[in-house]
Amino acid sequence: MDFLRPGSWEEALAAKAEHPTAVPIAGGTDVMVEINFDHRRPEYLLDLNRIGDLYEWGDDAGDVRLGAAVPYTRIIEELGGPLPGLALASRTVGSPQIRNRGSVGGNLGAASPAGDAHPALLAAGADVEAASVRGTRLIPVEEFYTGVKRNALAPDELIRAVRIRKADGPQQFSKVGTRNAMVIAVCAFGLALHPETRTVRTGIGSAAPTPVRARAAEDFLAAALADEGLWESGAPVPPALARQFGELAAGACNPIDDVRGSARYRRHAVAVMARRTLGWAWDAYRGRERTARCA
Amino acid sequence: MDVSRTPTPLSQGSRTPGGIGESTQRPDGTLKVTGDFAYASDLWHEDMLWGTTLRSPHTHARILSVDLSGAFATPGVYAVLTCADLPAATRYGLEIKDTPVLADGVVRYHGEPVALVAADHPETARRAAAKIKVEYEPLPVVTDEESATRPGAPLLHPDRTDAHAPHVPHPNIVHRQPVRRGDVAAARAAADVVVTGDYEVGMQDQAFLGPESGLAVPAEDGGVDLYIATQWLHADLRQIAPVLGLPEDKVRMTLSGVGGAFGGREDLSMQAHACLLALRTGRPVKMVYNRYESFFGHVHRHPAKLHYEHGATRDGRLLFVSCRIVLDGGAYASSSPAVVGNAASLAVGPYVVENVDSEALALYTNNPPCGAMRGFGAVQACFAYEAQMDRLAAALGMDPVELRQRNAMSQGAVMPTGQVVDSPAPVAELLRRVKALPLPPEREWESAGGPPDIRALPGGLSNTTHGEGVVRGVGYAVGIKNVGFSEGFDDYSTARVRLEVVAGQPVATVHTAAAEVGQGGVTVHAQIVRTELGVTQVTIHPADTRVGSAGSTSASRQTYVTGGAVRHACEAVRERVLALGRARFGAAHPAWQHAELLLEGGKVTTDGGEALADLADVLESEAIDVELEWRHRPTEAFDPRSGQGNGHVQYSFAAHRAVVEVDTELGLVKVVELACAQDVGKALNPLSVVGQIQGGTTQGLGLAVMEEIVVAEDGRVRNPSFTDYLIPTILDTPAIPVDVLELADDHAPYGLRGVGEAPTLSSTPAVVAAIRQATGLPLNRVPVRPEHLTGT
Repeated sequence: MDFLRPGSWEEALAAKAEHPTAVPIAGGTDVMVEINFDHRRPEYLLDLNRIGDLYEWGDDAGDVRLGAAVPYTRIIEELGGPLPGLALASRTVGSPQIRNRGSVGGNLGAASPAGDAHPALLAAGADVEAASVRGTRLIPVEEFYTGVKRNALAPDELIRAVRIRKADGPQQFSKVGTRNAMVIAVCAFGLALHPETRTVRTGIGSAAPTPVRARAAEDFLAAALADEGLWESGAPVPPALARQFGELAAGACNPIDDVRGSARYRRHAVAVMARRTLGWAWDAYRGRERTARCA
Repeated sequence: MDVSRTPTPLSQGSRTPGGIGESTQRPDGTLKVTGDFAYASDLWHEDMLWGTTLRSPHTHARILSVDLSGAFATPGVYAVLTCADLPAATRYGLEIKDTPVLADGVVRYHGEPVALVAADHPETARRAAAKIKVEYEPLPVVTDEESATRPGAPLLHPDRTDAHAPHVPHPNIVHRQPVRRGDVAAARAAADVVVTGDYEVGMQDQAFLGPESGLAVPAEDGGVDLYIATQWLHADLRQIAPVLGLPEDKVRMTLSGVGGAFGGREDLSMQAHACLLALRTGRPVKMVYNRYESFFGHVHRHPAKLHYEHGATRDGRLLFVSCRIVLDGGAYASSSPAVVGNAASLAVGPYVVENVDSEALALYTNNPPCGAMRGFGAVQACFAYEAQMDRLAAALGMDPVELRQRNAMSQGAVMPTGQVVDSPAPVAELLRRVKALPLPPEREWESAGGPPDIRALPGGLSNTTHGEGVVRGVGYAVGIKNVGFSEGFDDYSTARVRLEVVAGQPVATVHTAAAEVGQGGVTVHAQIVRTELGVTQVTIHPADTRVGSAGSTSASRQTYVTGGAVRHACEAVRERVLALGRARFGAAHPAWQHAELLLEGGKVTTDGGEALADLADVLESEAIDVELEWRHRPTEAFDPRSGQGNGHVQYSFAAHRAVVEVDTELGLVKVVELACAQDVGKALNPLSVVGQIQGGTTQGLGLAVMEEIVVAEDGRVRNPSFTDYLIPTILDTPAIPVDVLELADDHAPYGLRGVGEAPTLSSTPAVVAAIRQATGLPLNRVPVRPEHLTGT
């Protein structure tokens, strides 16, 4: 196994172009486990740790441009304001040691349906900045996941950053595991209210071959909120509406039975999480509206 | 009763600091916390090779051919071994020698060792092992009682000659033990209420954090030195030496740093393998399992299916218990026979029941081998009989604690085996104490105006509820565990104690072969020596086979048995010191001849405290060195048909009250508090005692709500990793208030009672009882999964 250590982004792209089978490694929280378990033996490892740019984030119009290797710990500490859903999801990632090393770029590169960042990215709205010696393209995150542990990257491409819409409303993230901390998702749900566009976005993890949005649920809820004038009135979401939102979210799942949980349980849990996160997010929205009106 | 302590009379040593009853600190505590402790996986030797194991991907298959050429052709490989290369005995076992050192023609479980490779780098060894081509012909598998005992079932061990073979109803049953007492048929006819239940316990793993590891160094005399993490050096030795074809004195074993055991290191793992590779290559060989291999490299807790029937009078007096406990022993016997004996003899729990018809048996199947784990057969039974007690209480409309107390055994009670419980058995009192504790406040996650504290809620950091769907439940359980090895086993220990003067100060050295696996023997042995010899400086010699056997660090026995041996050796040293003192100074003071003499604070004193001489002056340049064996009172075998017999040394008891919050919609559980009361006879080190109780309680919680090795229908392990075999984190571990009783057992050293296992028993059923109360669900299986709580 050759260990490639580019000193700059250009060198990294050149190395990836020269060795398309090279596996990029930053925190190593996923790649090293795979290697240690002998699940893969890449011919080349492409070490991105010397490329400081990947560890930076910045404002980019209405987006946060999050470097691919910014660890979860910093997302929690620095980005809870503009990216509340992703910060919530980051809190549920592994242990403190894993959160100090693991990054959203790694979650995207691995494209495991159980990656904790995915539902939050789907709900917030994001584009993956994929780069190669040929140039840079933006891939909408919902088009990025192409199969179980497969993504839309070309063999010569690397993830440089993720451009994530800044929150314009409350966001929530909830994940079921059979332990109260440091647990891999049985299934997960992300929700973002977008009051500016009067839309709702969602993300579901570990309940289909890829992370998915529950589009029927989103459309139903957006329409219902508009029809009832709830965005304006700030009135509570009727329980029946929340229940139906949950059921539609469950309908977006295509889960399997595995050692972590049954398909039936996953559908059921997604419905419950969708309903609850809607309640929490809507309460927060109503609170903000009230505060705004009083002020 | 409100007595929490009966005095243990102690004159000798009571004025010497650091003796028994003090919470002295572990010598290895700081090292372990800071990461500086050397575990067996840290062993290193110049020029050492690395060993690796090729394991079977099949659960039951015939080996048609093995092609080693690819492995031999790998540069850096020094040896490749299969069963054809074994120099002497080809099988070993703790109780029955049925386990192949390397598979001989047939593999019987997923992960069975087939071949060994030694190479100059662990990665080279792994790659070479992967190049070994083994041609398998899959065979039909047996995975449960039905498939193991139906007509035509393949026999896992067709030509059995072990002691249990003549008594078992089927050759795929390792051992069966009935226990019969009284007249169950008549009692059933007389019962006002009868409740029945079927229960199931999943396969728990010891999940010790330090994987199997050791270093074998070939010696010039043709022997081998083995540095190893194990639970019982001499039992390993007894099994390894015949495999190597060496006399036992050519196999010298030294305990290395052990990262937990819980029963999982009682059987051999890589011990013989590393020695074989070292002797073959003439080079030191290190073997370390990774976490994945560790799940295949040691036995697990027997999964069990249990059928119970309890009958009682209207006022809640137990009339009879009938039960059948089927334990899955997997492919090889390990300690299944002894686990069966425990399950059968402790099957009704700590209750007085005059009419009992019970049996326990262990199967041979193609599932992973199962053997010793903390609680050892008593855990499975306790989950079922305590569920039954709750069911009976519900049928009678009675408070579950009151029903238990009404039937609780006390000193003088007769076990279903006919054995009289001849030391304190404060079962009702333990229950009273946990029940009397104030309950933790409700809805602790709510804070004034702020967001909920999700750490206090089911789902914890995963943010699954802010209080929605959460229901509290409270449950109780109590259990009974035997202490020490039972059924007539010669359960002795050996201690060597040396007293000498070093730099003008008396210094004692205690040398035993007791494996320190985290239980605290290194602390307790030093405390005993301080108390018995009145010296403050005590050195713990490394545990090795240069001293006689200490027996196993299991069955809650080491403080009792090796502690007893250390005390016994100290008493002999003390006599020699006093004899020496009388010879040297007897004429100087009349007390030497007439008074009760003690050793205190490095001096010989009268029992009134008058100093007669410094130990340094008594000993001068002489070293007193004594090695002695010590035995507790003997036990008897159980009758093979009736189960009658004084089979156990001592019983220990613990009770728990569990308080849980259950998210009834998502099926997630937060255990809020697990209060425990336990009688320990005498707490030699109170801090260690509380640590054992909290650890055992937490391991029981793990079995209740998360810990299970999931075995597929074909016998393959589905979750051999800490990603999917979950053990409690600190956030899953509740507050554990501990109430320690010290009611002396007059038969035991210092009145002590073994501590380590009893809290593992009642923890599990208490948690499940609390979840039942919260949900109203029957929950007949552990671990309880979200699917069970949500009907999905």
